[in-house]
Amino acid sequence: MSTVVRPYGDTTGDGMVQLSFTLPIPYDKRAEGAAQQLAHKMGVDPAMVVHAKPMGDGYTFFVVYGRVHHLVDLGQVEVVERDFPLLGTKEINGLIKRRLRRKLVVVGACIGTDAHTVGIDAILNVKGIAGDKGLEYYGEFEVHNLGAQVTVPALVERARAARADAVLVSQVVTQRDAHLHNTKEMSAAFREAFPKALRPLLVAGGPRFDERMAGELGVDRIFGRRTTPREVASYLVHAVVPG
Amino acid sequence: MRLALDPALVGQARDLARRAGQPVVDLARSHTTVAVERTVLRLAGVTGADPDGIPWVNRLVDAVVADVGLGHGVALPVWHALRSSGTDDLTLLAQKAAAGSVRFDVPSGRAASAARTAARRATAAGIRRIDRRRRERDRLVARLGDPPQRPWIYLIVATGDIYEDIPQAQAAARAGADVIAVIRSTGQSLLDYVPEGATREGYAGTYATQENFRLMRAALDDVSRELGRYVRLTNYASGLCMPEIAALAGLERLDMMLNDSMYGILFRDINPVRTFVDQRLSRQIHARAGIIINTGEDNYLTTADAVEAAHTVIVSQLLNEFFAHEAGLADWQLGLGHAFEVNPDLPESFRLELAHALLARELFPAAPLKWMPPTRHMTGDVFRGNLLDGFFNLAGVLTGQGILLVGMMTEAVVTPWLSDRDIALQNVRYVLGACGGLAEDFAPAPGGFIQRRASVVLGEAVELLERIAAEGLLDAIADGTFGIMRRPADGGRGLDGVARHEDGYYNPATELLEGAS
Repeated sequence: MSTVVRPYGDTTGDGMVQLSFTLPIPYDKRAEGAAQQLAHKMGVDPAMVVHAKPMGDGYTFFVVYGRVHHLVDLGQVEVVERDFPLLGTKEINGLIKRRLRRKLVVVGACIGTDAHTVGIDAILNVKGIAGDKGLEYYGEFEVHNLGAQVTVPALVERARAARADAVLVSQVVTQRDAHLHNTKEMSAAFREAFPKALRPLLVAGGPRFDERMAGELGVDRIFGRRTTPREVASYLVHAVVPG
Repeated sequence: MRLALDPALVGQARDLARRAGQPVVDLARSHTTVAVERTVLRLAGVTGADPDGIPWVNRLVDAVVADVGLGHGVALPVWHALRSSGTDDLTLLAQKAAAGSVRFDVPSGRAASAARTAARRATAAGIRRIDRRRRERDRLVARLGDPPQRPWIYLIVATGDIYEDIPQAQAAARAGADVIAVIRSTGQSLLDYVPEGATREGYAGTYATQENFRLMRAALDDVSRELGRYVRLTNYASGLCMPEIAALAGLERLDMMLNDSMYGILFRDINPVRTFVDQRLSRQIHARAGIIINTGEDNYLTTADAVEAAHTVIVSQLLNEFFAHEAGLADWQLGLGHAFEVNPDLPESFRLELAHALLARELFPAAPLKWMPPTRHMTGDVFRGNLLDGFFNLAGVLTGQGILLVGMMTEAVVTPWLSDRDIALQNVRYVLGACGGLAEDFAPAPGGFIQRRASVVLGEAVELLERIAAEGLLDAIADGTFGIMRRPADGGRGLDGVARHEDGYYNPATELLEGAS
């Protein structure tokens, strides 16, 4: 299918967008001109600088509205589609019980210096997120939430001791690509510590991950923002429980 | 009083907090930690670090512990060794101890009295320096003035590089910030030492060091003079070095410190006993230094639901108040925390927020409450985020909050950009300008939604406090009463740095701060 779209302001095909940015120059006529020129170079034409506001010494904030002429061909858009069925609580528990015949063991942690447990807690804690209960709520998952700032060797050890089927790692801090480095370090350590057939499933999650990077980071799956515990639970059943 | 709270119930809540907290105070009075002992040495003037960056206070405490254990405290062994070595230079002693050329003993009899006197004199010099810094602040505030309005506007700076933080902090002050907080590098709370010197590398924040404190305070003094109002500086006395950082804050005239009684336990998995022992000394120092503490109840609401867990915030505030008073802090020093975290999709969510905020306001009328912006329900929708922050600001004005941490519409998206901060301050200024005095006109209807909700939450808080008082605070923490996390008293980080006092334990800092003769 090949559908072509362009942005919509208030009329089909008008191509209208809005954007805002700051330039490191004091506010004056020239600054407005500079903002307009930038918008032009970004393909906005005509570009209307609707708001310009000086901030502190030597910075100006702009809001620009205007038309772009770019087209998007939906047929050429690449995304990671969910390649497993989304299951309900009962189905998930039932499949683990019938086919795995033991609890599915999950070890989760924030690794490196990242102290933001909000993501891993949202997926694992009973409380879950936005009414979707976390993995602890499912009777057939055995959940070990190791919390924040767990070292990679400690995570490997705990995964081994718990005989983990899956290891979930959450990364929020992205300064200097810490989330990518930490995840690579983690996956390398698991590959070294376990023979291929015995290695737990490795899952990384966090708001700034690109879901297409699983291969590059050496993990089995990446979950980006807005992932729900139910999606993770469904994936784990899909990947761990024999079909 | 706008909520018509039952005074008997309020009195009962405070009694229960005291009953729940007293055993923990007793525990804190009968134990010491490596951080407490390092604090004594810092007050006595030990500075600097070895070539690996490990502070001399750590090397000295470790050497004493290796020879005689921790339970006697370091004061007697150290000052006894100092006398025997014929030097009066503690840092030199630390260097010798690290090289293994000093052996420590616990002195007795006349030698013990002599060591005690010398330790007391050296530590008192550090406390006098803290006193001088406090008087200096009083003079500056008298000369330059406090912010013209309440709440004080509190902004965060966090680049990782102190030399980058300084111009950002000065710009934030010029743009209207009354309080600048320098967020610490992720992970510092779990370091069992305080890094040294000016630092230019940090993750999602800048390391708390004495030199960074000094540089930032000096920069804010400059901008305070320029603006004609005293701009306050905040950092974090939390984690494994809580009392040491409190001492450094006092020595460098920081004005506010994040210092929660349970945050490290719940959110950083620091051992509960370690935390309570460290916390008591850190608060005694804050009391002496005239520092306003900020407690961390807002954090509970980032993991637990803000409606279901509203009463846990009140319980924690009451416990924080008890521990703070016990350590000598006055009401004006209690920046008790709470947050605007009710799910905005819930019907009447704003009225619920007002009920919770007003409840805290009326329970602690003399405390400068710290009002924290929404984070949990902030999404990438920055437009809705800005609206939520506007309602947060409105609630702050309406309920008379003391310190308002400015919410960013890009919360959960990026670390704030210059423009995000500008838009956020514009939001605050609009609300303060449009209705800064609205608290005067705002009285919830008698028996209405807000009054009813507040009394329900207070009732739940009393029930929970009854359980905690009966069960014991440490067991309640172990059961996951606060913020869902379960933290047993024999688990967590830093437990190996805790010891019960031996007979004859001596700590000159505690003695001086408690005013014993």
